[in-house]
Amino acid sequence: MNIHEYQGKQLLRQYGVAVSNGIVAFSPEEAVKAAKELNSSVYVVKAQIHAGGRGKAGGVKIAKSLDEVREYAKELLGKVLVTHQTGPEGKEIKRLLIEEGSDIKKEYYVGLVLDRATSRVTLMGSEEGGMDIEEVAANTPEKLFYEEIDPVVGLTGFQARRMAFNMNIPAKLVNKAAKFMLGLYQVYKEKDASIVEINPLVVTADDNVLALDAKFNFDANALYRHSDILEMRDFDEEDAKEIEASKYDLSYISLDGNIGCMVNGAGLAMATMDTISYYGGSPANFLDVGGGATAEKVTEAFKIILSDANVKGIFVNIFGGIMKCDVIAEGVIIAAKEVGLSVPLVVRLEGTNVDLGKKLLNESGLNIIAADSMADGAQKIVNLVG
Amino acid sequence: MGVYINKDTKVIVQGITGSTALFHTKQMLEYGTKIVAGVTPGKGGTEVEGVPVFNTVEDAVKATGANVSVIYVPAPFAADAIMEAVDAELDMTICITEHIPVLDMVNVKRYMEGKKTRLVGPNCPGVITADECKIGIMPGYIHTKGHVGVVSRSGTLTYEAVHQLTQAGIGQTTAVGIGGDPVNGTNFIDALTAFNADEETYAVVMIGEIGGTAEEEAAAWIKANMTKPVVGFIGGQTAPEGKRMGHAGAIISGGQGTAEGKIQAMKDAGMKVAATPSVIGETLIEAIKEAGLYDACKTH
Repeated sequence: MNIHEYQGKQLLRQYGVAVSNGIVAFSPEEAVKAAKELNSSVYVVKAQIHAGGRGKAGGVKIAKSLDEVREYAKELLGKVLVTHQTGPEGKEIKRLLIEEGSDIKKEYYVGLVLDRATSRVTLMGSEEGGMDIEEVAANTPEKLFYEEIDPVVGLTGFQARRMAFNMNIPAKLVNKAAKFMLGLYQVYKEKDASIVEINPLVVTADDNVLALDAKFNFDANALYRHSDILEMRDFDEEDAKEIEASKYDLSYISLDGNIGCMVNGAGLAMATMDTISYYGGSPANFLDVGGGATAEKVTEAFKIILSDANVKGIFVNIFGGIMKCDVIAEGVIIAAKEVGLSVPLVVRLEGTNVDLGKKLLNESGLNIIAADSMADGAQKIVNLVG
Repeated sequence: MGVYINKDTKVIVQGITGSTALFHTKQMLEYGTKIVAGVTPGKGGTEVEGVPVFNTVEDAVKATGANVSVIYVPAPFAADAIMEAVDAELDMTICITEHIPVLDMVNVKRYMEGKKTRLVGPNCPGVITADECKIGIMPGYIHTKGHVGVVSRSGTLTYEAVHQLTQAGIGQTTAVGIGGDPVNGTNFIDALTAFNADEETYAVVMIGEIGGTAEEEAAAWIKANMTKPVVGFIGGQTAPEGKRMGHAGAIISGGQGTAEGKIQAMKDAGMKVAATPSVIGETLIEAIKEAGLYDACKTH
């Protein structure tokens, strides 16, 4: 789960990690009120959407007066911002962060991420701030430093200082920078984050070390123990179909093709998309109904797939292992009747009671095309959708 | 024979009184798995499906001499269950549970350092040695005894591959589901090492997916060490970057973990790679024919 920059900065403040003063605003009036409260000579008006690249896309404005704050707030709120991370459809700006301006001397990068190869959290840092860190890793890997963190002792002081020195942070500010990193790790660990990126971390003219931006991603599997983080969820930033699917414990991801997929198991669901694509089609979604798919789940899955206007056909691909194929067939029939199937439906069933399952589908009176294998089903639905 | 588990393996079911565990305990018993004990704290002294229940893994081991456990404990308590199995010095623990917080698994991996227990999973279908021992949630009937090992990050794709092999008359030794989480126990190289050393295994199917670099590392290991044919498949060739595809570990981020990179690494290691999951069986047959192993692998 992602949160907004201003929410990330609230969290950092709770842990004593230095950030610029700032206040969230949902209207131009609130933006002006926020600026008055901050009482600065320069303000930064920042669009709050769950995507990077906001600055380059025109989502960050420098204002030198309250009138300018009002003007920029009017301009940004309601605007659709298209960045390299939003996709071409962009995202509507509904919230702004009003911050006091900082006199920046230099920008750096720090991040915390899980290193899958070592099964440990790793601190990353670089003096190349404000850039895409993947580019730094690709072009100037010698400027990217890592500290592997032992979960028993956590990030240690010497590791944080070594990182600060490696990043060429001025010697007199190394302790401030180290304190920043130690606090950052504390947030990461206590809130079960999966990625934290401070890009840029800045050193200011008045010798402060601050987070100018804050990107947080949290482990969805750990949200049950963090109600405070769950409260920060912004449904406006998520796909409506994905939200609906999550209510029924379905794993669904919207894609831009026209063949709806319903599959059991994440690996098989990915492989089904690949197979559709291999035969020249384009999947409209990833959908894993899980191992314990009931008729109700299958019905909800159908409704979600059909709520996508792009869907011109559906491919159901189920390997009924422990689950019996006749039970799944019944679910498909009930669902198809209930939602009123308007597009071609190809069903591939394999596994326990497969013959009974196929018989039920054939005798259902519904226009269901049976497939003998995943490849056969994929070819059939691709041909039907055209 | 086969790897990790066989007809002599004595199994504890951790969390045996839960509904999922009960269902699968019955399935495993029907398959012939020697389930000697269950563990549910507070239910010690009772019995389910004819299996005695203990309060702790330690008690269960002392009373029954069990050497492997399978975990169906809910996610918030699963990491603790793994550590309990490790503390009891079992040879292996297989964690079926999905949705365990990643940082819990980071702690578990640290706890396991220097200890003897092998972990398989979490978020996996389990391990099965055909006709001998089934530990997990996979359908037993699709497996037939033979000479091909299977190792996979995905459950249903493993079933798909095993089913194709069985349909084609090619039996299996052991199928190992290593699970779809970013931090897991047994990895591809561990399973490949075991298959390489197993006299009954003549060839291996390896099924990977997007995310991480485990397939690339395994491909390099295969090139340097593997004496038996290995064929591969990678799921998620059409997955968009930055989206978690069902499995917590199946995500392409920062251009890392793409299917293209993994397929290339496999090809560079001299492996045959199935273009679609429907031809995993055919691809294995091609490879064993080339290696002159087809007749030896043809079991029925």
